[in-house]
Amino acid sequence: MLVSPTFSLSASDFDAIWLTLKLASLTTFLLLCLGMPVAWWLAHTRSWWKTFIEAMITLPLVLPPSVLGFYLLITLSPNGWLGGLWRDLSGNTLAFSFTGLVIGSMIYSVPFVVQPLQNAFEALGKRPLEVAASLRATPLDCFFTVVLPMCKRGLLTAITMSFAHTVGEFGVVLMIGGNISGKTQVISIAIYDHVERLEYGQAHLLSLLMLVFSFAVLLSVFLINRRWQVRV
Amino acid sequence: MLEGCFQFAQGKFNLSIDFKINVRGVTAIFGHSGSGKTTLLRCIAGLERAPQGYFTLNGECWQDESRQFFLPTHKRPIGYVFQEASLFPHLSVEENLRYGQRRIPDTQHKVAFADAVELLGLGYLLKRGSQNLSGGERQRVAIARALLTSPELLLMDEPLSALDDHSKTEILPYLEKLHAELAIPILYITHSLSEVMRLADYMLVLAQGKLLSSGRLSEVLTQIDLPFVQSDEAGVVLTATVTEHDTQYHLTYVSFHGEQLGMSLAPHLSIGSTVRVRVLARDVSIALINETHSSILNVLHGQITELVKDNRGQTLVKMLVFDTPVLAKITYKSSVLLNLQVGSWVYARVKGVVVV
Repeated sequence: MLVSPTFSLSASDFDAIWLTLKLASLTTFLLLCLGMPVAWWLAHTRSWWKTFIEAMITLPLVLPPSVLGFYLLITLSPNGWLGGLWRDLSGNTLAFSFTGLVIGSMIYSVPFVVQPLQNAFEALGKRPLEVAASLRATPLDCFFTVVLPMCKRGLLTAITMSFAHTVGEFGVVLMIGGNISGKTQVISIAIYDHVERLEYGQAHLLSLLMLVFSFAVLLSVFLINRRWQVRV
Repeated sequence: MLEGCFQFAQGKFNLSIDFKINVRGVTAIFGHSGSGKTTLLRCIAGLERAPQGYFTLNGECWQDESRQFFLPTHKRPIGYVFQEASLFPHLSVEENLRYGQRRIPDTQHKVAFADAVELLGLGYLLKRGSQNLSGGERQRVAIARALLTSPELLLMDEPLSALDDHSKTEILPYLEKLHAELAIPILYITHSLSEVMRLADYMLVLAQGKLLSSGRLSEVLTQIDLPFVQSDEAGVVLTATVTEHDTQYHLTYVSFHGEQLGMSLAPHLSIGSTVRVRVLARDVSIALINETHSSILNVLHGQITELVKDNRGQTLVKMLVFDTPVLAKITYKSSVLLNLQVGSWVYARVKGVVVV
């Protein structure tokens, strides 16, 4: 059977694009909220646990996504401890749900948020904090008015890397989210789906979209970083 | 009144210090590097927490480990000037200056923004980014920024040490103005005796984490058992009044308890103003009679209170001139030939008098 290539996106493709953006934004936002205190702690602690936690956080960088996805599937399934707890609390399952995807993406992208932030916090050193304290700034005040503005490059890197990495993930999502159109189907999986069905036209369109998007994001980050480098 | 004691161990270094000083004007904390000056200042600021520590300023307790009380830095009414200016790079000069000021209640504003800007000569810099300043400018901004929190105590950790000589001479007059025009007591760390002589009223001497001496500048500078008093830089600071400019001989005269002292013409000093003049021990010689056939014009009459011979053939003589101690460094041989004794009345002939 010959499939005539169509070069227009279907409703499910738009669903996938929307879902991908939603997933990446939510993951990035939640990871920043959780990752900042962790990175701060790692940058300042002398605890023995530091090395241990650092190794844990870096694991998603080296593990095959299938391994990560497999363990997540076990944990998130209604029989797993987290999935079971979630079902008891909310009545829904975690595996094959959007919430499950968010949890999986967060774990998958955690090193991309924590490492740039930790590096930025470490490079900042103690002096600006001491100056701020001598100028009556409480630690929280100092964090928002001195630390974050001075670490904006690290912050930008963390945000972009987390967003782009989530947009580009495939293996983990496939393992724990399956391929439910409109619910858990993200762009990367939609492309895979189109190729499987020999719908090369749509696969082309979506792939080009990803390529252009990723390049544009990286280019703007590098440009902004270059500008900030001159000032800082 | 500033009172405290700190026991602090950091690796091989031990700070163990107990002090009670009347803070008015500038108190210099003097010592070599590694003597614990910075650690002491950081303990006072609350940037370090000495496991055994106690500190009060004018009766207000900031730390008392006997009841585990420790006031964090941001709650202490201090200003701190670090060795490097440490301006916030993401803020303009004006925003840097306002950073601390905005964080204290209006009712506690004692130093007005315009006054601080004027005092440190920053008017032309306000709109600039804090990146494009010279070393001296940066440090002046840092000092004004600390002042604008209207501190009860200003702590300065070698604010000149990171600057080149040019910036140093640029900034010293501002520090003197600070001293003269503001009632904020200053603790000033330095390892430079000439900065001490120029700025300080009181002095603490530290060595190996211990307090060697503390007191009024003239007392500490002439305490013969202190190591730096044996050095070439040893000397005293006299407070004198400018009486006359003599343009014919290119001399300016100052009066010290009625004794005229001549020095190089300094026409910028106004008649009647009070100046600090430095008299180095090595520039003072001693005679038993006041002979007028000498090239040295400046003569002070005083009574010897101490004589110390070192092992290089030199004798340090301490004498009292109208209750003010003055040092003379002469050869041991001279002291023997003149038969100098504690209690002898002598004439100190002063070769060099310099305004500091």
